[in-house]
Amino acid sequence: MQPVSIRLSRCGKTFPDGTRALEPLDLDIGAGETMVFLGPSGCGKTTTLRIIAGLEAPDEGGSVTFDGVDVTPLPIEKRNVGMVFQSYALFPNMSVAENIGYGLRIRKRPATAIRQRVGELLEMMRISPLADRRIDQLSGGQRQRVALARALAAEPRALLLDEPLTALDAKLRDVLRLEIDGLLRRLGITAIYVTHDQAEAMALGDRILVMDHGKVAQIGSPRDIYQRPASRYVAEFIGTMNRLSGQPESGGFRTAGGLLPWAAAPHAAREAWFRPEDTALADAASAPLSGSIDAAFFLGDRTRLFVSIGNDKPLVVETAERREFRIGETVGLQVDASRILAL
Amino acid sequence: MALRRENSLLIALLLPAGIFFCAFFLLPLVRLFLIGGEGKLGYAAYAAIVTDRNYFRSLVSTLVLAAGTTVITLIISGIAGVFLQRHSFRGNAVLVSMLTFPLAFPGVVIGFMVIMLAGRQGLIGDITLALTGEKLVFAYSMAGLLMGYVYFSIPRTILTVMAAAEKLDPKLEEAARSLGASPWRVVLDVIIPGLKPAFLAAGAICFATAVGAFGTAFTLATRINVLPMVIYTEFTLQANMAMAAALSFVLGAVTWIVLAIARQFAGGTVAAAG
Repeated sequence: MQPVSIRLSRCGKTFPDGTRALEPLDLDIGAGETMVFLGPSGCGKTTTLRIIAGLEAPDEGGSVTFDGVDVTPLPIEKRNVGMVFQSYALFPNMSVAENIGYGLRIRKRPATAIRQRVGELLEMMRISPLADRRIDQLSGGQRQRVALARALAAEPRALLLDEPLTALDAKLRDVLRLEIDGLLRRLGITAIYVTHDQAEAMALGDRILVMDHGKVAQIGSPRDIYQRPASRYVAEFIGTMNRLSGQPESGGFRTAGGLLPWAAAPHAAREAWFRPEDTALADAASAPLSGSIDAAFFLGDRTRLFVSIGNDKPLVVETAERREFRIGETVGLQVDASRILAL
Repeated sequence: MALRRENSLLIALLLPAGIFFCAFFLLPLVRLFLIGGEGKLGYAAYAAIVTDRNYFRSLVSTLVLAAGTTVITLIISGIAGVFLQRHSFRGNAVLVSMLTFPLAFPGVVIGFMVIMLAGRQGLIGDITLALTGEKLVFAYSMAGLLMGYVYFSIPRTILTVMAAAEKLDPKLEEAARSLGASPWRVVLDVIIPGLKPAFLAAGAICFATAVGAFGTAFTLATRINVLPMVIYTEFTLQANMAMAAALSFVLGAVTWIVLAIARQFAGGTVAAAG
């Protein structure tokens, strides 16, 4: 099984009622790469996945190629892609083993070959004891393992996952996320993973495509997207961002809480953006910024504080200090100036 | 002690329903069975339905006709029901309500409509006469009856099928297609299994109605030999009450058995058995 490279060019999607689900999009996905489409519901990520799968046709002028071969006119059943759905979509009238072997049965493989391949996949997903179970006897996590095994059984050219973990509870989600990550690395298969969960995207993606209202907001590695967000939208969508309004002046950035030592502040900057991990508590008397505690949450290993400065949304600061924090208490803050973004 | 009190209270509350059941169901049925054995043949009348070639043939043709009606109706309702549920177009709602329109027609009206279509003065006859020089008339045969039965069975099944089609998960079809299934395989492996409970439930009603239908057969009469017609003939023309009763009982019993078998397959979803 050679991993396939996928290219979308000018792929837009307008639905019959006139809604533009996807602005024309150009995208290259490398062979063996795991690409995550990330965004809130309605951002066009699922539509893009469905165009790649062959479940939707792109608007006139768009094309999808697999390894340089145009597959735009091919329906999904001719594209040989594996799909995993949020709702699992397992066949209720078939057993676990029959579900996994379905794609091979369709391809008229000999019965012994099917049995062997199904056995391999059951083992790979560690669900061998479930082979003869009915689908309604399985838990959600087991169902999604069966769905993964089914999608992989016929050695697809690419694996397309549409919010595969969304229906699971948090603990199981973490376990399966690790498993999927290991699986994708091991198989080296080209995979496209759609999610609205940024933690999932960061953990799984070689690259992440952040989408907003049918448009690309940013595309890059998880590190790029987190550390160098291209827009406010991306900055606010990925992780937590602090925002402080003010005016640049000589020596820094004047805010309601004091002079932020941000020498590199662009002339037009009216807001400073920085991550909680680049923000630290400091001695109130000497710190450049000061604010009052709005809320404090003890998390065990650390305390998360919401510190309000002026009329801005409270800043998030985390500290390992072991003392108790009182609401209304004045605290000093310092920010790593090299990490401040203008956006 | 308290439990026994509660039980006797429950029995007392069930009494009216029990009396009603006995008076209007059990008694007539027992009476019917007894009358069936009061004729010249005695209880051998019940065997006559198998031994007498005419009776046996009419029983077989009744069952074949009902089975044929059920199969054809399910195929038509299945295709139309899924299509109507999946596609919204102008006039969709009107079309659905038109399909359920014949629900209220008595069998006589259905028979009349079959004659208008395929009878001696019928539309099909006129067209075939103009085209081939020969008049195609099949209203007064089993074919005509089959057509009429299918016509009045569709409204009884299509709404059930549509309700079930609405519950089909489109993701299942997409999953099957992603695994390489052609549209035909999707129908076979996903849609038909998904609609199976609805098919069995609607099919049971369809079958039972077709077995017992009388008005349409009566209107088309001449060359038709279905059991309800035979019962009518025995009862009114031959005044053979015993035979009519025996045939009625057997007709009911056979239908009930067929539906019980269907229920076995459906795993208890056929509400209409019996």
